[in-house]
Amino acid sequence: MTKSNDIDPEKLLEIYRRSMRVFKTDERFREMLTSGKLRLVYYPVRGQEVLSASMMCALKPDDYLVTTYRGVHDQVSKGIPLKDLWAEFTGKVTGTCKGKGGPMHITDPDSGVMVTTGIVGGGLPIANGLALSSQLAGDGRVTVVSFGDGSSNIGAFHESLNLASIWKLPVIFLCQNNRYGEHTAYAASTAAKQIIDRAPGYDMAAIRVNGNDPIEMYNAAREAVERARAGEGPTLIEAMTYRMLGHTFGADFSYVPKDLQQEAKEKDPIPLFKKMMLDRGTSEKALAAIEDEITKELDEAVEHALSSDFPEIDEIRFDVLKEEIPA
Amino acid sequence: MSTADTITFSQSINQALDEAMAADPKVFVLGEDIADAQGGGVFKATAGLSAKYGTDRVRTTPIAEQAIMGAAIGSAIAGYRPVAEIMFMNFLTVCMDQLVNHAAKLRFMSGGKTWVPLTVRCTTGAGVGFGGQHSDMLEAWFAHVPGMKVVSASNPAEAKGLLLSAIEDDDPTLVIEDIMMYAQKGPALEAGVKVPLGKARVRREGDDVTVITYGRPVKTVDAIAEDLAKEGIGVEVIDLRTISPFDAETVLNSVAKTRRAVIVHEAIKAHGVGAEVSARIHEELFSDLKAPVQRIGSKYAPVPFSPPLEQAFLYSPEEITSAIRRVLG
Repeated sequence: MTKSNDIDPEKLLEIYRRSMRVFKTDERFREMLTSGKLRLVYYPVRGQEVLSASMMCALKPDDYLVTTYRGVHDQVSKGIPLKDLWAEFTGKVTGTCKGKGGPMHITDPDSGVMVTTGIVGGGLPIANGLALSSQLAGDGRVTVVSFGDGSSNIGAFHESLNLASIWKLPVIFLCQNNRYGEHTAYAASTAAKQIIDRAPGYDMAAIRVNGNDPIEMYNAAREAVERARAGEGPTLIEAMTYRMLGHTFGADFSYVPKDLQQEAKEKDPIPLFKKMMLDRGTSEKALAAIEDEITKELDEAVEHALSSDFPEIDEIRFDVLKEEIPA
Repeated sequence: MSTADTITFSQSINQALDEAMAADPKVFVLGEDIADAQGGGVFKATAGLSAKYGTDRVRTTPIAEQAIMGAAIGSAIAGYRPVAEIMFMNFLTVCMDQLVNHAAKLRFMSGGKTWVPLTVRCTTGAGVGFGGQHSDMLEAWFAHVPGMKVVSASNPAEAKGLLLSAIEDDDPTLVIEDIMMYAQKGPALEAGVKVPLGKARVRREGDDVTVITYGRPVKTVDAIAEDLAKEGIGVEVIDLRTISPFDAETVLNSVAKTRRAVIVHEAIKAHGVGAEVSARIHEELFSDLKAPVQRIGSKYAPVPFSPPLEQAFLYSPEEITSAIRRVLG
């Protein structure tokens, strides 16, 4: 086992690879939206890539994830095949959910992504249920529920932390504190100085980390995962990050002070991570090879999505209930 | 089925839970005060079950409906068959997001990759003196949400049979129990027997008028039909049992025969289940009808506390009888 301030080089490389997969996926979505090749409401994850990749690298493939509409980084990091993800984002029958869920409702049990919700905070109570199932079954799985700082202000957050704590559920509440809930700054919506201040009220282990630092983030994640697997209950992680673009892609972003935007640019986790990898001895060539591989995979995923069919209209009768709805 | 009145409505529910838990280790129950240490449920529907199955499977929860519903939904996605008790139907409003946005839609939104074999039991009903926030009949809200089933039984045996089917069903099912019926006795249902979801029951055949109802009013309508039979009026009584999806076939076949229909429910009349049933009858059988379909429901008001007001709020047997006479012309 590595020391808490360091990390296994193989693991770091894997976090890097997943971070770049997220970065390039997000970049490609924005390019295609800008060029008019794609039309959808897109919630960019620029700036939150490393956080998510580090968390998911601490999980096993069959651990559960619940995430939100701003969840592409989580979904990619957890391992949803890019082809399936792109096809779902474009509403195609080959998508993870036959095109019936769409970007805000991605489900892919094969990679452990059980729920993506468009309701702020709505995933937390459900994550408890997934964790409860693991506790009852004794299957050793851990559930991570990812949400923003804005979610901590709805009632379901508090109900969920309380229940998870009294039942000692193997669940990790991963707050990606990106400093804005839609267009409203943290301080204008959240009375607590920091989200983890809420954890002692629920007798819950909590840790606040720089989510954009892969080593710090991974070690916090690993600690929480170990606690959950050991039956010692939930952890609240407040991972500090920053949403580098607007609530939705293309939306006005002027409500964010210029100096904060500038500071964030300087702390952009992707170039910093690249520099870290180079400083630690990974070659430019090796990093470029990773990017090339991802670009190729993305090209194929986009091509697959665009060339796939939309679902048949008749699909509307299926999956409402188990029994098909009469035509 | 035995004909002796041997079991109460609440005992029957207890029996269903017991049989379901015995048959399937994936079935568990959660809700406020439901384990024996907390009294075995506010109406004793879960009494004795924690002693038998342990508090892992009969889990008392905090008073936190979103947490209850979420825990039930998440475990259902993962293959369990939770039965969540929401103490009063009005408290479903506290967890509407979980039920409406998540439980009801996850099968569809996941393209069938996940489903939610969840049963939600709740109690409600006017006449107990609980006033406005513990007595509403909100079934029409949930019937209006695609992706969930809604049932309500009219006697102890069917309460058990419907609950067993709900637990076994792979879709989220809301089971509405009327407090005023908990002490009602009736014949017990034999072990292993279930009442299918989505199938109405023709309780009584008649040629002159069809009365469609469910839940507590069924007993009242049965009595009225019995009385009217003495006058030579043949009332066909249909108990929907499943409110959504409702058994339109049975209803339409009956009305095609009698050519007259009255719908009775405890929920307020405005925008209620009766409106849907009535509309379907008019859409399909308008030219066959001898009279416009009549609806009987409770008054458009919150449920009042004061006893005479509470009684006045409810539909009355007299209203039902006069509606039947009205359609007979």
